[in-house]
Amino acid sequence: MILSSHDRRLLLGPLNKNNAILVQILGICSALAVTAKMEPALVMGISVTAVTALSSVILSLLRDAIPTRVRIIVQLVVVSALVIIIDQLLKAFAYDVSKQLSVFVGLIITNCIIMGRIEAFALANKPWPSLLDGIGNGLGYAFILLIVAFFRELLGSGTLFGLPVIPGACYRWGYANNGLMILPPMALILVGIVIWIHRARNKDLIEP
Amino acid sequence: MNKEGNQYTFLFSIALVVVVSVLLTVVSTGLQPRQNANVENEKRQNILRSVKIEVSREASGEMFDQYITRRLVVNARGEEIPGDAFAIDPGKEMKKAPGDRRLPLFIARVNGETKYILPVRGTGLWGPLWGYISLNEDKNTIFGAVFDHKGETPGLGAEITREEFRSRFDGKTLFEGDRLVAVRVEKGGKASGPHEVDAISGGTITSKGVEAMLLNTLSCYEPFLKKQP
Repeated sequence: MILSSHDRRLLLGPLNKNNAILVQILGICSALAVTAKMEPALVMGISVTAVTALSSVILSLLRDAIPTRVRIIVQLVVVSALVIIIDQLLKAFAYDVSKQLSVFVGLIITNCIIMGRIEAFALANKPWPSLLDGIGNGLGYAFILLIVAFFRELLGSGTLFGLPVIPGACYRWGYANNGLMILPPMALILVGIVIWIHRARNKDLIEP
Repeated sequence: MNKEGNQYTFLFSIALVVVVSVLLTVVSTGLQPRQNANVENEKRQNILRSVKIEVSREASGEMFDQYITRRLVVNARGEEIPGDAFAIDPGKEMKKAPGDRRLPLFIARVNGETKYILPVRGTGLWGPLWGYISLNEDKNTIFGAVFDHKGETPGLGAEITREEFRSRFDGKTLFEGDRLVAVRVEKGGKASGPHEVDAISGGTITSKGVEAMLLNTLSCYEPFLKKQP
C-alpha cells in the first residue's frame, strides 16, 4: 500500500463511518434531486469529487495567506470558479450529460460538503492530506447517490443507466414500475433507510 | 504586512478576484466555439428528429442540408419575408409585438413527402421550453414532435424529451374545423380524441407548459397554416 494508514483513513473513512451524507447529514438537497437516474447521479458524483478535491488543495495551499475575516468569501470564490469551469467543460465536451444535470451543476456551489470540508479540514492541513480528504468525501457522496439512484431507477423506471433490466415478461404478468420512486419524497425515504441500515451496522454511531 | 489588517485583506481580495476572473475569461472564451458548435448541431439534430430522422451530432450538418429543402421566414400575415431561418431565435421573436415577429420555418422532403417544421417556444416549471413540430402536407396533422428544455427536473418534467412522450403527439391534428386548438396535455390518463395527449406523472407544470407553448407559438403561424400552397 502506497498510502500510510493515516492517509488511508482520510481517503476511505468518508466512505463508511465518516460519510458526509449518512453521518453528518450534509449535501442532502442534491442527493434528493439528481438520483432519479443512475447516469446523472454518477456524473454529479464525479463533478462533486473533482470540486471537493481541487478546492481543498487550492485552499490548503492558500491557507496561510487567507485573512481570517474574509475566509468564507475566499472559499466561495474558489469553489464557484471551479464549478463554473466544470460546467463550461461539460458543455463543451460532455454536452448531453451537462444537459441532463442542467442547474444542478451550478448548485454544486451550495453543496455543504464542499464548504464543510474546507472549513473543517483543508484550512488546517497540508495540501496532500486535504486532497485525500476531498477525494474521500466526494466519493462518499457519490457512493450514496449511486445507491439511492440504483433503487430509484430500477424500481421507478425499470432501467439502469437507461438500459431496460426488468424482463418484458414481468410486465405482462402484472408487474408495474412504481411511479412514486421517481418522485422526490422517495429519495428522502431511501436516504433514511440507508442511514438506518448504516446505523444498525455501526452501533457506535447511534446517539444515546 | 499585518495579515489581519485592512490593507492586506483588500489587496488579497483584489488579487484573488483578478486571478479568478482572468482564469474564467480564458476558459469561457477558449471553449466558446466548441460550445456554440454543440448547440447549433443539436438544433439541426432536433429539427431532423422532428421528421423522425435520427442522426449523430457530428453528422447533423451534412444530413440537415440533405433533408431540409427550404428554410423560410414568414411574418404574422403568413407572407414570406427575407431572412435566415436558422439564425433566428424564436424565443426573442416571441417577445416582440405580433406584427413585428419574424417566424422561421423549415420545409423538409422525407420519403418523397413534404413536411413543414415549425419551431415552438414556451416556459416550463424552471425555465424555457422549446421544440419543433413537423406537420404533414395538409399543414394540420402532426407528423412528429421534439421537445427540449433548459432546466426541468430530471426524471420528472425533463421526460418531455423522451420518445415515449413525444410520440404521443403523432397523428394529432391542430385545427378543429376552422379554429386552431393545437393539442391539450391532459392529466390522469383521460386524454382522448385528436387534440389531447397524456401528461407526465410528476411533471404537470412542465406538461401544461408544453400545451401553452404549442397553442401560443402555433397560433402565430395560423395565417401561414391556413394559406393553401
